[in-house]
Amino acid sequence: MYIIIALVALVFLVITGVVISRLQNVLKNVNNSDSPDAEPSGNKWNGAMFIVVLIVGAITITWSYLHAREFFLPEASSIHGRRTDDLFWFSMGILTIPFIIVNFLIFFFAWKYQHKKNHRASFYPDNHRLELIWTIVPAIVMALLVFTGWKAWSDITSDAPRDAEVIEITGKQFNWIARYSGSADNKLGDYNYKLIDAQNEVGIDLSDENSFDDFTNPSEMHIPVNRPVLLRIRARDVLHSVFIPHMRVKMDAVPGMPTKFWFVADKTTADMRAETGNANFDYEIACTEVCGQGHFSMKMRLIVEDEASYKKWCAEQATFLQTYPEYLAKVPENLKAKAMKFLPAEAATPADSSTTSAGAGSSTSLR
Amino acid sequence: MSAIEGLETAHHHDTEHEHHHEAQNFWQKYIFCEDHKVIAKQYLITGIMWAVIGISMSIVFRIQLGLPDSNLSWLKPVLGGWISDAGKLDPNFYLALVTMHGTIMVFFVLTAGLSGTFSNFLIPLQIGARDMASGFMNMLSYWFFFLASVIMFASLFLQTGPAAGGWVIYPPLSALPQAHPGSGMGMTLWLASMALFIVSQLLGGINYITTVINLRTRGMSFDRLPLTIWSFLITAVLGLISFPVLLSSVLLLIFDRHFGTSFYLSDIYINGEALPNVGGSPILFQHLFWFLGHPEVYIVLLPGLGITSEVIATNSRKPIFGYRAMIASMLGIAFLAFIVWAHHMFVTGMNPFLGSVFMFLTLIIAVPSAVKGFNYITTLWKGNIVFTPGMLFSIGLVSLFVSGGLTGIILGNSALDIQLHDTYFVVAHFHLVMGAASAFGLFAGVYHWFPKMFGRMMNTTLGQIHFWLTFIGIYLVFIPMHYVGIAGFPRRYYQFTSYDFTHKFMDMNMFISIAAILSFLAQFIFLWNFFYSIFKGRRAPQNPWRSNTLEWTAPVNPGHGNWVGEIPAVYRWSYDYSKPGAKEDFIPQNIPYSQTLESNFPHENELIANEKAIESQNYNDQFNAH
Repeated sequence: MYIIIALVALVFLVITGVVISRLQNVLKNVNNSDSPDAEPSGNKWNGAMFIVVLIVGAITITWSYLHAREFFLPEASSIHGRRTDDLFWFSMGILTIPFIIVNFLIFFFAWKYQHKKNHRASFYPDNHRLELIWTIVPAIVMALLVFTGWKAWSDITSDAPRDAEVIEITGKQFNWIARYSGSADNKLGDYNYKLIDAQNEVGIDLSDENSFDDFTNPSEMHIPVNRPVLLRIRARDVLHSVFIPHMRVKMDAVPGMPTKFWFVADKTTADMRAETGNANFDYEIACTEVCGQGHFSMKMRLIVEDEASYKKWCAEQATFLQTYPEYLAKVPENLKAKAMKFLPAEAATPADSSTTSAGAGSSTSLR
Repeated sequence: MSAIEGLETAHHHDTEHEHHHEAQNFWQKYIFCEDHKVIAKQYLITGIMWAVIGISMSIVFRIQLGLPDSNLSWLKPVLGGWISDAGKLDPNFYLALVTMHGTIMVFFVLTAGLSGTFSNFLIPLQIGARDMASGFMNMLSYWFFFLASVIMFASLFLQTGPAAGGWVIYPPLSALPQAHPGSGMGMTLWLASMALFIVSQLLGGINYITTVINLRTRGMSFDRLPLTIWSFLITAVLGLISFPVLLSSVLLLIFDRHFGTSFYLSDIYINGEALPNVGGSPILFQHLFWFLGHPEVYIVLLPGLGITSEVIATNSRKPIFGYRAMIASMLGIAFLAFIVWAHHMFVTGMNPFLGSVFMFLTLIIAVPSAVKGFNYITTLWKGNIVFTPGMLFSIGLVSLFVSGGLTGIILGNSALDIQLHDTYFVVAHFHLVMGAASAFGLFAGVYHWFPKMFGRMMNTTLGQIHFWLTFIGIYLVFIPMHYVGIAGFPRRYYQFTSYDFTHKFMDMNMFISIAAILSFLAQFIFLWNFFYSIFKGRRAPQNPWRSNTLEWTAPVNPGHGNWVGEIPAVYRWSYDYSKPGAKEDFIPQNIPYSQTLESNFPHENELIANEKAIESQNYNDQFNAH
């Protein structure tokens, strides 16, 4: 990586050298004629300002970057995230070179070639070779960046591996709802937005037997570490966007058009707590597509844990039918018997539902 | 009816001109005027008023973001109920401010205020025409803009607030009044206003294109056009192709909102109710919107680049370096502008293959942009630079354009855009490259052509101070904003207290806000200088910058028709600065080669033979139609 940066830097340096030497050549043809103009108003101090701002600016930008660096996100907790981060800093490294060179030249030339008495500018309308150089060099650098970016992009957006854990996340004003396929069949049941109501917040279709063991959670999402996780992303009302900053994950949630994003988290929440020295560290899911008044606070906690704890957590969750047994009425007759298997005998009475409906309150309260 | 009346008055005017100028009354002279120079000033003044409103809005939400604990009760006289009794800004109104800031700055200031002012003012003056091809359409264009402005302005005072779904107004948020108060009447007015605005832009654009193609004076071939005119022409073509697409997307949104169609709506459950709409796609809107939205970036920027080319060449006392390459790169940018729109949509769930294509096309734009940057720098090199305020703003533009453009290479990379999309990194990027850079183009243009507009000079020292405060202020605002973006802070957040990962950079956000406030205050220097100089400025000489273009051959205060007597003919390009052997360090375009034998190059001596032909050409004079 550093070798490439060094190489590109070298290329830029060489080209700068070429440019400068060409400029030197033309310098000999300078035409000093006499145009006795008065010193334009304020020209001296404005010229000096360019040098002052150049120097102070360079120092300030360097310092501010070094200062800000410690507040950037910690190293990505996902495999693709570290790849895009590397690519980001690699690109930034390359782009810093023209940033410095170009801004230096602008400020320096402005100062150097400020109006002088009895001096005439050089008539220099074009130079095809020079123009060819600065067309081709950016093109080559662009090609390099496009290629690396394209490789990363196609890997990240490729189909998820078969063993990926599939989790549905639905955005609504103003929270996220996670839905798990349940431990019995590992398949998410069908959904239909017309079935949504105060309890059935994501419109689980109970005529599909895969949905009997599905469970939802409106406040936190658990995922296993070191295993691909495929997010199936939905929106219920307006656009939202799933953003997991520490995982470098972002994908819009679009009503009527399910989207997806898969990634492998390889640092558990506990790992991160140790690494950052912050005992309260938590991964967070945010919304990055403006969605209304509560856009800035659509927070969901994300817990990354090892496979065993993840399995254990999943097993502990009450399925949707267990939480709201009254929805048994929506199950077609021929599947009732199957659905009953997911209901503990004592929970089959609707009376219990009020005590276990931990997650149901949020949507009703927003009405 | 009124249009027919207007046409009749236009006819009437034509006959008037043949007998040369009856006295016009106040209404004809300043209000419903068909003179391109007055219309340009109307655009400029309206644009400046909008800029004050639009930037003030950004200051309010910057206070909210950077100084979240401050008590905003002092804004109650202006914002009324949007400030709570505890002195806090209403979160819904925060979104409205962000939305209106974007809309106002992009469309009303940097499109209408920049293109409207300088295309109108400079096209006839620099190509050597009496006026626009259709003065009446031109007047209509301004008044449609004015109507759009009135409606947009009125929407600020609605009880439910103005539109608040971001300036991109993505449905379903913008389509469903139950989703946000701003999506009610505020959005209706936004859509109505934008529809009128588009009509205004099309009327203007058709006029600019027609005028440049048809009304160039004798000898003004396309390869002698100043780069300003090239940029206005290309800008107008971009607008002509892309604005109708925005109009169609706006119309479909109006249908969805009021007539129950489902172009953008599907599978929506909101406020306890499942809506009947199925089959629509919110992504369709984004495609249509960005098909305008991306060219719009260049509609905003290209006039700035054109103005810069002219101002830098004049004040470096050097020909612009690579005149043809500059035109080619503008054409290249304009063409590419139409095929990169989906880079705003990498993470919308669009097909990833499409993302790859758009990434590739997007990064190509860097090449013509780089050419432009390098050409400006080479124009400075070995110049004899005069730091007029216009020149300072042009140099500043190049710096901002390059600094902001470079991060575009990051954002155009779809893999990197995953993390950075809709964070402050994007905000920093586009404010530098299109916001501040175009605004600098506007300032450069105002300072440079003020003497031609008002016959007086602006104060140079104040202009220079204004430049440095603004230039430093812009960088102080937007360089730190990159850091905030790299840290993952999302855009359009009312406050950063809800998340642990945004629980930092409090001081940085405060710094940005203070820098923004200071830069805002610096603009009052400009406002004072501008309005004071209109009435009390030093009288301008005919050619204060010793410039080559035709507008400086017109009288100091040109009347309707621009030139007294014959329109000058053009014999050379507009960049003969510091020509070896010439007496002065500039040779205006209307000086024939036969008068400058001492400085002609051999191929130019051959052109002397054509001068008779140029002189005897059709005058193309609108006021002397034969």
